[in-house]
Amino acid sequence: MISAYYLQIIILVGINIIMASSLNLITGFTGQLSIGHAAFVSVGAYASALATLKLGFPFFASLLCGGLVAAFFGILIGIPTLKLKGDYLAIATLGFGEIVRIVFLNLEITGGAVGLRGIPKDTTLTWVIISVIVTLFVLYRIIRSRVGRALIAIREDETAAESMGINTTYYKILAFGVGAFFAGLGGGLFSHYFRYIQPNSFGFLKSIEYLCMVVLGGLGNIWGSVIGAAALTAIPELLRASADYRQLFYGAILVIMMRIRPEGIMGEGIFRKGNSAGDYLLSKIKIKFNK
Amino acid sequence: MFLQQLVNGIVLGSTYALIALGYTMVYGIIELINFAHGEIYMFGAFIGMILVTVYQVPFFIAFFLAMALASLLGITVEYLAYRPLRRSTRLAALISAIGASIFLQNLALLIMGSRPYSFPSPFVSKIYKTSFVTISKVEVIILIVSFLLMLGLTFLIQKTKIGIAMRATAQDKDTASLMGININKVITATFAVGSALGAAAGVMVGIYFRSVTPMMGLMPGLKGFVAAVLGGIGSIPGAMLGGLLLGVAEVMGAAYISSQYRDAVAFMILIVVLLFKPSGLIGSSLQEKV
Repeated sequence: MISAYYLQIIILVGINIIMASSLNLITGFTGQLSIGHAAFVSVGAYASALATLKLGFPFFASLLCGGLVAAFFGILIGIPTLKLKGDYLAIATLGFGEIVRIVFLNLEITGGAVGLRGIPKDTTLTWVIISVIVTLFVLYRIIRSRVGRALIAIREDETAAESMGINTTYYKILAFGVGAFFAGLGGGLFSHYFRYIQPNSFGFLKSIEYLCMVVLGGLGNIWGSVIGAAALTAIPELLRASADYRQLFYGAILVIMMRIRPEGIMGEGIFRKGNSAGDYLLSKIKIKFNK
Repeated sequence: MFLQQLVNGIVLGSTYALIALGYTMVYGIIELINFAHGEIYMFGAFIGMILVTVYQVPFFIAFFLAMALASLLGITVEYLAYRPLRRSTRLAALISAIGASIFLQNLALLIMGSRPYSFPSPFVSKIYKTSFVTISKVEVIILIVSFLLMLGLTFLIQKTKIGIAMRATAQDKDTASLMGININKVITATFAVGSALGAAAGVMVGIYFRSVTPMMGLMPGLKGFVAAVLGGIGSIPGAMLGGLLLGVAEVMGAAYISSQYRDAVAFMILIVVLLFKPSGLIGSSLQEKV
């Protein structure tokens, strides 16, 4: 049997795979930089915990409830903000994340700064494994479908996609809705494993952590998110690095990866041919030679 | 009561305005949200605090030294994290900027620890009272110094050679470079000036609240950005106006609505502005180039 310590790491890896791959759908495949992913996680964590504690839902129903409430917020926030592009969207998601955290800090039903305690420990390894498989399967099917091609088209060139008849706002909201659903599901698993949640565990820095996993593994590569989440969860735990060093390391990863290998460990995806500076120069040289 | 809140809001807002100027200048030129700007502000406050408490440097010299050293830091960040990515996608540059911010924040956390340091006020605490408002000497000095810095910046942008080069680069990088402007130099100068203003705000907030912590850059950094968007990103008078308005809105919101939602006020404003007038109050309208 595996010891409780390793079991906890495996469960955390599983939960983080759900977070990272759902963020990857939004940022990696649709190209919409979201730095408020932790907000969807916290909405899901609170919704499922409250469903269990106050409404007496069974575990599965609570998880579903967490996912659906998070998806509802994803869509609700999505409709107005998704008309924004690029940097503006990033900042709006950040603002949304902070508002959610501040609201949870002040609501009575969520226990304010103290948070929610005494959530039953329903999350088991089996539940986590099933959830990870379902998440990856659904995301994989979406990406390989017509919808997925539309999302990638938006990422590659939003204006061109729109002129090809793709309803960009609709697909962006869809990506946010699905991404938020799985983030909420992961949040439910989180709250029912640690039995205790408080608003400050889902702040801005948590969103950055998820982003880091996606970037390390590869934007626009689902398996990359699996590897990124596993590496960034397990390695610091096993090395017992202190939290300060961990964050320092996350910052360095983001800068260094963008400089030397923006496509992430697994390669391919968002920074494919024709997008990087090297390819740009290469295409210029080719034109010269062809003349 | 209302007048008092207004004064408090303007004092707070003038520091936001100084931070917002750094964002808006950089965005105007390279169209990048310089996420590390909040950390430059924090480093500025730390440098000022260390110079005053450890090395016993007189306050105003420490103030200028903090501005100078923070400019160096800003230039370094640009050189290491932004310049190599100038030709890559905007997403890559933005992620790199976020990474730089997290890195600097945690570097400070490692070096200084997480406990707050007290920044001794260099001025005798004196309070001016009129029948309507009370204002402390520190507040008066913050207002005067911010005003002078903004005046100086306006002069720099409008009258000097480098200022003209900055405006030309912001308008059209390629044409500016054809006219013989060294774009790299202009970008370096922009980061230097923006960072110096951020550090000035950091030192002043340090003496105002008498506390300096590694996390102090996060919220004011975000709010400075909100102020820049509110005024119209890329516009220098817009950043000043946005900063003052945001400071007043935040203080009023805390006083009359709910003090617990104080930090949420800024983000609400942000989302409302982005939805209804993304070009800001006095920014030029954004048009996407195809």
